[in-house]
Amino acid sequence: MNRTLCAAAVLAAGLCLSAGLCLSAGLAYAIDDASGDPTAVKSVDGKWFDKDGHPTFKIEEDGTVDWYTYVGFTRYSANCLRCHGPDGLGSSYGPALADSLKRLDYVRFTATVAAGRQNVSASQDLVMPSLGNNKNVMCYIGAIYTYLRARADGAVGRGRPEKHAPKPAAFTEAEDKCMG
Amino acid sequence: MRRSSWGLGLTAAAFLLSALMVKAATAQNAGSDDLVKAQSNAANVVMPTITYDNQRYSTLDQITAENVGKLQAAWTFSTGVLRGHEGAPLVIGDVMYLHTPFPNIVYALDLNNDGKILWKYQPSQDASVVPVMCCDTVNRGLAYGDGKIFLHQADTTLVALDAKTGKPVWSIKTGNPGKGETGTSAPMVVKDKVLVGVSGGEFGVQGWLAAYSISDGKQVWRAYSVGPDSDLLVDPEKTTMHGKPIGADSSLKTWQGDQWKIGGGATWGWYSYDPKLNLIYYGTGNPSTWNPKQRPGDNRWSMTIFARDPDTGIAKWVYQMTPHDEWDYDGVNEMILVDQPINGQTRHLLVHFDRNGFGYTLDRATGELLVAEKFDPAVNWATKVDMDKSSPTFGRPEVVAKYSTEHNGEDTNSEGVCPAALGTKDEQPAAFSPDTGLFYVPTNHVCMDYEPFRVSYTAGQPYVGATLSMYPAPGGTNMGNFIAWDARAGKIVWSLPEQFSVWSGALATKGGVVFYGTLEGYLKAVDAKTGKELYKFKTPSGIIGNVMTYEHNGKQYVAVLSGVGGWAGIGLAAGLTDPHAGLGAAGGYAALSNFTALGGTLTVFALPSS
Repeated sequence: MNRTLCAAAVLAAGLCLSAGLCLSAGLAYAIDDASGDPTAVKSVDGKWFDKDGHPTFKIEEDGTVDWYTYVGFTRYSANCLRCHGPDGLGSSYGPALADSLKRLDYVRFTATVAAGRQNVSASQDLVMPSLGNNKNVMCYIGAIYTYLRARADGAVGRGRPEKHAPKPAAFTEAEDKCMG
Repeated sequence: MRRSSWGLGLTAAAFLLSALMVKAATAQNAGSDDLVKAQSNAANVVMPTITYDNQRYSTLDQITAENVGKLQAAWTFSTGVLRGHEGAPLVIGDVMYLHTPFPNIVYALDLNNDGKILWKYQPSQDASVVPVMCCDTVNRGLAYGDGKIFLHQADTTLVALDAKTGKPVWSIKTGNPGKGETGTSAPMVVKDKVLVGVSGGEFGVQGWLAAYSISDGKQVWRAYSVGPDSDLLVDPEKTTMHGKPIGADSSLKTWQGDQWKIGGGATWGWYSYDPKLNLIYYGTGNPSTWNPKQRPGDNRWSMTIFARDPDTGIAKWVYQMTPHDEWDYDGVNEMILVDQPINGQTRHLLVHFDRNGFGYTLDRATGELLVAEKFDPAVNWATKVDMDKSSPTFGRPEVVAKYSTEHNGEDTNSEGVCPAALGTKDEQPAAFSPDTGLFYVPTNHVCMDYEPFRVSYTAGQPYVGATLSMYPAPGGTNMGNFIAWDARAGKIVWSLPEQFSVWSGALATKGGVVFYGTLEGYLKAVDAKTGKELYKFKTPSGIIGNVMTYEHNGKQYVAVLSGVGGWAGIGLAAGLTDPHAGLGAAGGYAALSNFTALGGTLTVFALPSS
């Protein structure tokens, strides 16, 4: 299973190589989203990508969200909420990720989650753990990102998305493989 | 003349000095058995629960229902720490002992000098413990005994400090933060032992309560909440539930495989002690994970009230309130020991307001269940607790299928469950007044949607397995109530709605006044009989600490820590929305962040000098 997680890390590093391009393009298109224009242009097995190949959300006119945005909501709420508050809105000490993603692109987001972050000073002890070997987070990192990106762009409101696309078969397969 | 005056002065000074030394010596020896006596001197507060019975009642009566309206802030003290401030200081003689959240600073403050710092102890702790603390880096206070101050640090170091100098006398490690074990609760000194519990129910710890020798910190016993009988410290033939022996392997039989090893049952609440019965009482927390499907069985002895012998740790009786928890209703809230007549006969009672929304009354000698009633009418996950003694399900809650996350299954969102995982009441302790016979209970009035799903265990990583969203209970916008409760009848006598959850420990006094704090930061005083508000004062930050009172130089003071945070700082900071209320109501509920900001401050109140 460690191998799977390693592979995920390599994938993230690979994306890092193209990050500069994505970021500069992003700034030109959407100032609210550090990863650039979130418009979904391509779908693979129910997973949507923007023109730069980053995970993104797809929301139908009737409010139905794609499966991964929905799963991102559930996994965010299970694993991140206790510090970052409900709906990515922050807590009395954890930053609001719905705001952070306006500055953090996909690559930096993933890297921060995997490696953790410390901001310890005389007045604060803000410590985010390294979640790189936490399957409950890393097996869903793209989905969590997609959900928070939708929150940052104001595409998804507070609370559980009411309607979502059905679970793609590829999701179950990938989940079983990753979670073990 | 001058000379004789000098001589007289010396004599007087010598007399005063010797009197002070006697006082100091008494305080020094006030460990072990002497704490039973020391707790009855209401001028001091020698333990975090005020008294062993956890009544949180003070016999001080200078501040009364008639004059409390004139209360004023006497002095304040900034702790220098921003995170959530739970618990309350101790007062022993002329010194106040005050703790903070991580980094767990301890201050000794001079009450003769408006709180001047006599000494300060700041442990050196690896900051990597911060993210393995569930729900903020709180600490609920210090214990005192044998001339020492005891602190259970976030990193599970238990340190004994010389009460006079603040110098460490001994220090030991009780747990392993690497697998999610952390220290948040206040220790309690019983006889020659220091009792300490552990946090980490969201990290898959195997919960325990341990006793350490007060003189050198050696472990005397350690009793796990879940696991084999040798871990549990039970006697299968003599330890009882509902009067019957629990039998061999009482915990193991209720878990699948080795799940108990990461089965939770943390012990982060408050502890009580009955010196006459020689029993200590406490509750255990949620079974791990939050996904009930991953742990079939009753998951004993999570969610359980334990009565143990403090000398050996052996359990006398147990009562599991929420078998096979499906909602995170930790059973760690305080056990309040009272003697009240029932049907004309004085009973030795244990009263407990559980997260699950039921107020339980038991006979504390035998563990006999007498009353179990909802202390918030919104509670809906169970219709009632089966009180039919001839029934095979006696003492078990009758769970409503619609709100059963086990019944509804993984990846299904169970909607409208009341209370939320915060519980109808969390760790914020209630108070009892023997004058009115009533309990004063700070409560949450919040419901939730709960969706469990599969989760994998990694040591030291969160092990939760459920998504939940919380919102105010139907029919109103208030997220809390401060209630008066009759534990014999199991009825609410009066109820004061509060905009936010009441997350502050209550205090009852002989002056007929009950105090509590609010999340906006108000210290409130109400009439013990009627609940009428008599006084309020806005402290610098939201209050999740416990109100306490003490006497110094003949004058009564009331003190409380403010400093918003904890679960309340997570769940309510951004405000709650009701996903089922339609678009119109979205954002209609107040955000706590619009009322208060971070910052730890102690505020001490007194009546103006006449």
